[in-house]
Amino acid sequence: MSDEIIRETSYDAWLDALEVDEGYYLRGDSRATVPPAVAGKTDELERETLPETGVVESKTVIRVPHPDFEDAAPYAIAIVEFGPVTLTGQVTGTDPEAVETGLVVEATVLEAETSGKRFVGFRPAGEVSDR
Amino acid sequence: MAEILIAGVGATDFGDHTGRTGRELFAEARSSALEKSAVPRSDVDALYYGNYMGETAERQSHQAPLMSSGVGTTDLEATRVENACASGGYAVADGVRAITSGEADVVLVGGLERMTPLGTEETTAALSRAADELHEGRPGLTFPGAYALLADAYMERFGGSREDLAHIAVKNHANATTNPKAQFQSEIDVADVLEAPSVADPLGVLDACPITDGAAAAVLVSGEYATENGLEPAVAITGSGRGTETLSLQERGELTRTRAAESAAQAAYDRAEVTAADVDVAEVHDCFTIAEVLALEALGFYEPGAAITAARDGETTRDGTLPVNLSGGLKAKGHPVGATGVGQLVELTTLLEGTHPNADAVPDAKVGVTHNAGGTVATAAVHVLEVAK
Repeated sequence: MSDEIIRETSYDAWLDALEVDEGYYLRGDSRATVPPAVAGKTDELERETLPETGVVESKTVIRVPHPDFEDAAPYAIAIVEFGPVTLTGQVTGTDPEAVETGLVVEATVLEAETSGKRFVGFRPAGEVSDR
Repeated sequence: MAEILIAGVGATDFGDHTGRTGRELFAEARSSALEKSAVPRSDVDALYYGNYMGETAERQSHQAPLMSSGVGTTDLEATRVENACASGGYAVADGVRAITSGEADVVLVGGLERMTPLGTEETTAALSRAADELHEGRPGLTFPGAYALLADAYMERFGGSREDLAHIAVKNHANATTNPKAQFQSEIDVADVLEAPSVADPLGVLDACPITDGAAAAVLVSGEYATENGLEPAVAITGSGRGTETLSLQERGELTRTRAAESAAQAAYDRAEVTAADVDVAEVHDCFTIAEVLALEALGFYEPGAAITAARDGETTRDGTLPVNLSGGLKAKGHPVGATGVGQLVELTTLLEGTHPNADAVPDAKVGVTHNAGGTVATAAVHVLEVAK
């Protein structure tokens, strides 16, 4: 009875691609998203190349940290627009307080020291990667 | 909507109940509500019970039968409802639906949370699980951090200041000074808020609600049941609405509106056949100061971008045109997550029936609204309460 189908479920595979600068997003008929994504049977999701840079839409400096980042505070979290898709991630490579709305950043993949889990990171565009 | 009356309400004090179990706290609220209702316990058809973090705080899942067993009847359907901070509001909505559908005549709705066993670090972890784990939890976004992102986006777009937000905290603390059930019965001033340590910029400790233990309950009955049993409750639930939005902020497209609450409000107003302009008093979900701003706009009291100065301008204070959070709100009354939505119902019912310690601020109020939000308002439950005709 379901008219939806699960596709592109691998968040880890998406991070793998982002990590080697082959980031992508998924374009449907009426929306753009990133994995894991669920689409209607008739809603074909096309892989599109993630724009190389995005623009900070909103930001905060976390002072009381998430338990996975006990020793990392203060750290900056931003919501960043990459063309039609928006990503949430931790901003590195700059003073957390220097992150401003409108800052142009690149997406990267970071790893939490305590949990070993990977996640989306951002760094100011044009910076030399420290990875 | 079928006539639904609030026959009795009860709640524990909100605060630190170290040494007491969740089941003790809920029993206190439940007994209080049942006694005030004068409804025989054997008449209760169902319990809808909100709880968010029982597994973490008390190593207790499957709490519905635990909380229903003391009602005194075994012929009772018991269900736990979990929608993060909106669990209580959804328990109320489920109770309303059960009576509206005709399947129940008497419903007990309630909620309970014990949070103080966890401390700040573990509470931060538990609350962060109400966000999208992959997109928000993994990068280290905390619950205060998520609302900080909303505050930043709001002020970037519409203006407003930390001082404007501080006035909301000051107002709600002032209201709580005369509410004996409130966790913080103490006044603060704008300087206190601005000078408090930041949790997640631009929100400081005093922009945030506290860690709270507490329970609340209410007995809802159909109009027909009330008539047949000679009950004359003073307050009715005339509208109930729910709304949903994407769990993660990044998928919403717009960070300055809470569309789940807008949908819930519209549905509740439509069912009650009222508009925002008819509302005399409101209890809204101010887990952070910015959350009250977003709530007032979602409820239609203000246009987008206009509510941030409402407290500062005295419009939502005790003496204002629309008193908001006369209980002290989540900010000062406290926020035992799963109980909050029912706690709002308890506060608003007593405000409208004139038994609340702050009822003298709204002596002529006829229509009130509760607004309960889950996470960053990915879920929302709104209820319209009216003085029964």
